[in-house]
Amino acid sequence: MNVSWDGERHAHDPFEPGPVTVVERKPLAPNIQLLTVHAPIVAAKIRPGNFVIVRADEYAERTPLTVADWDRNQGTISMVFMTVGTSTYKLSKLKKGDVLPTFAGPLGKAMEIDSWGTVLLIGGCYGIGIIYPLARALKEKGNRVISLVEGRSEFLLYWRDRLEAVSDQTIYATKDLSLGDHRDAADVVESLMKAGEPVQRVFVIGCTFLMYHMSQVTRPYGIKTIVSLNPIMIDGTGMCGACRVSVGGQTRFACVDGPDFDGHQVDWDLLLARRKAYLGPEAESVER
Amino acid sequence: MPKKVIVPKKTPMLEQPPDERIRNFDEVPYGYTAEEAMAEARRCLECARPGCMSGCPVNINIPGFLKLIAEGDFRGAINLIKETNALPAITGRVCPQEEQCEGVCALCKRFEPVAIGRLERFAADWEAEQGPPEIPTLPPPTGKKVAVVGSGPAGLTVAADLVKKGHYVTIFEALHEPGGVLIYGIPEFRLPKAIVRREVEYVCSLGVKLVKDFVVGNAATVDELLQEYDAVFLGTGAGLPWFLNIPGENLNGVYSANEYLTRSNLMKAYRFPEYDTPIARGQRVATIGGGNVAMDAARTALRLGAKESIIVYRRSRDEMPARKEEIHHAEEEGVIFELLTTPVALHGDSNGWVKEVECIRNELGEPDASGRRRPVPIKDSNFRIPVDVVVLAIGQSPNPLIPKTTPDLQVAKYGVVIVDEKTMKTSKRGVFAGGDVATGGATVILAMGHGKKAAASIDEYLRTGEW
Repeated sequence: MNVSWDGERHAHDPFEPGPVTVVERKPLAPNIQLLTVHAPIVAAKIRPGNFVIVRADEYAERTPLTVADWDRNQGTISMVFMTVGTSTYKLSKLKKGDVLPTFAGPLGKAMEIDSWGTVLLIGGCYGIGIIYPLARALKEKGNRVISLVEGRSEFLLYWRDRLEAVSDQTIYATKDLSLGDHRDAADVVESLMKAGEPVQRVFVIGCTFLMYHMSQVTRPYGIKTIVSLNPIMIDGTGMCGACRVSVGGQTRFACVDGPDFDGHQVDWDLLLARRKAYLGPEAESVER
Repeated sequence: MPKKVIVPKKTPMLEQPPDERIRNFDEVPYGYTAEEAMAEARRCLECARPGCMSGCPVNINIPGFLKLIAEGDFRGAINLIKETNALPAITGRVCPQEEQCEGVCALCKRFEPVAIGRLERFAADWEAEQGPPEIPTLPPPTGKKVAVVGSGPAGLTVAADLVKKGHYVTIFEALHEPGGVLIYGIPEFRLPKAIVRREVEYVCSLGVKLVKDFVVGNAATVDELLQEYDAVFLGTGAGLPWFLNIPGENLNGVYSANEYLTRSNLMKAYRFPEYDTPIARGQRVATIGGGNVAMDAARTALRLGAKESIIVYRRSRDEMPARKEEIHHAEEEGVIFELLTTPVALHGDSNGWVKEVECIRNELGEPDASGRRRPVPIKDSNFRIPVDVVVLAIGQSPNPLIPKTTPDLQVAKYGVVIVDEKTMKTSKRGVFAGGDVATGGATVILAMGHGKKAAASIDEYLRTGEW
């Protein structure tokens, strides 16, 4: 005799995620990709600052991606990521309808959202997408939101209309001055400070150098600066410790204690060194 | 009836020679042939009051299955084992039999015990060779639903036992492959992953549903699960790695054993670049710790190409918690043991990579709370071991994700979930726990023993509604 279980009742399990399928994947700028997937259970729970772990195929690394948007009604989640190695390259080749073999989340602590008054959000690279839901949440909470986006040139600054829609003020900084009046975000922060803008809190999301640099710029002003760290991870649930960072002299796991930390307390040298741990093998993997 | 002729020694099991096996990840022992298995099973004295069964945390009818193997009825033997143990191919390989069934075998007094573990493995492997396993007849559905959190040995055991009672069971696994520590922790050469997959498939073939990539605590809290399921079992293991809190621990090349083994086993970094996840292939690898996990890491390092793989352990060989067989295999393979040695600092090069472990020598003092003699540092005995990879295998504790999101779940020191040892009930109604999450870190078979106890009391709770 075979198994006699009530497949129908079992099939209506509300916690059965079903296959996670790609709804859309498109480049937003050179090397920057948008990936939207259908994952209703995760979408129902996701909050700004959370990340997900994704694999494009059964050989790929478990790649952590911070979420950039979601639609709870449609059950979709969007991630913005930079193509940097083999596993993100594979993600950048996904097509509509593809099924992701791994999609887990929400992971990490959600960003603390409160009503602080005036807040400054700084985004660069993939972080431009990630500050969007943060700006939206902070705006909904009643803050005056200033969004500052940095890039080498105008064509790298995507999602400007979206950011403008949820920000009270949006400022652009481009190295070639193709957009905005400033060459880099540090100049903007300095001029905002000099103009007496009452910024109560700063959020910086982007490459490690941007987050490090902005933390140095805000430090003399004593404005709490939150950064979203991006160390190497594997499981993303606190199991391996690969993502350990030093914050305020204490070792923390970015995946469960973060990924958001006080930028003035982060040991940036350690983070930069640990991010480079596998540059050699990564080059070998990419060449292959 | 003629008196039984005593065969003093176990029938040997062939193994890959050490110099060959350190260059591959294939399983070390080959397993018994049918003839060897029957010969070994015939060594059983058929005691009137067998001790072996009482030594088994999952109460396998050991004399019964040995007799069936001796008679050549391998199908009968595996079916008998599976009445109480859903994962025989796994336990036959990783159980510490010398402390359990074999440790209390009557032969032990003067001779070697019956090789019960090897015979269990034989029966399970024989079954796998015959094609799909026989599925037992299941009772009609009760309509009750159980959520099992974690697909390691505890969770799989609970699931198999409860589905056989007619309950609906859904297992939630956080990672992308089911098996828990059997997949991410124990290396291929000790427990081939194809065997884990086979055992998981067997449990699923009984009607258990498996949901992977589902992080309970985040994607759904325990309270949310309880709105849909009549009971919840937490078998989430001990996934939080410990560090030594010594200088230099965050240098590159320093891994928790969890990370090192997860990269190699779950992510298949030993097959990089075919698989995308890399791992540092150190030339000189120091593994800190003396348990089974440390042996697994040190032996993995050799297979990843290390010229020297060194175990650094603070007490002496007698206090090592690893199974004797694991220590023996590590020694055969050339693992170097730096005993009575404690690391005090890790030193790095200018690129932030570890290059030396600074250690201090110990002598043994009085026994501590664990009954083992305490290591006492010898003043000014510091010395340095040159390395390029360090693996910390000094223990782990339960992952705090679920306790943090389940306010009325009581935990003890190190986040170990408090349970009633007889029923595996937690402080929260409808929630049971077992395995490493309730012990802080023990063996596969103890987790399975917990699973059996939990399944029995979950079944009772579902039938009576009494807490």
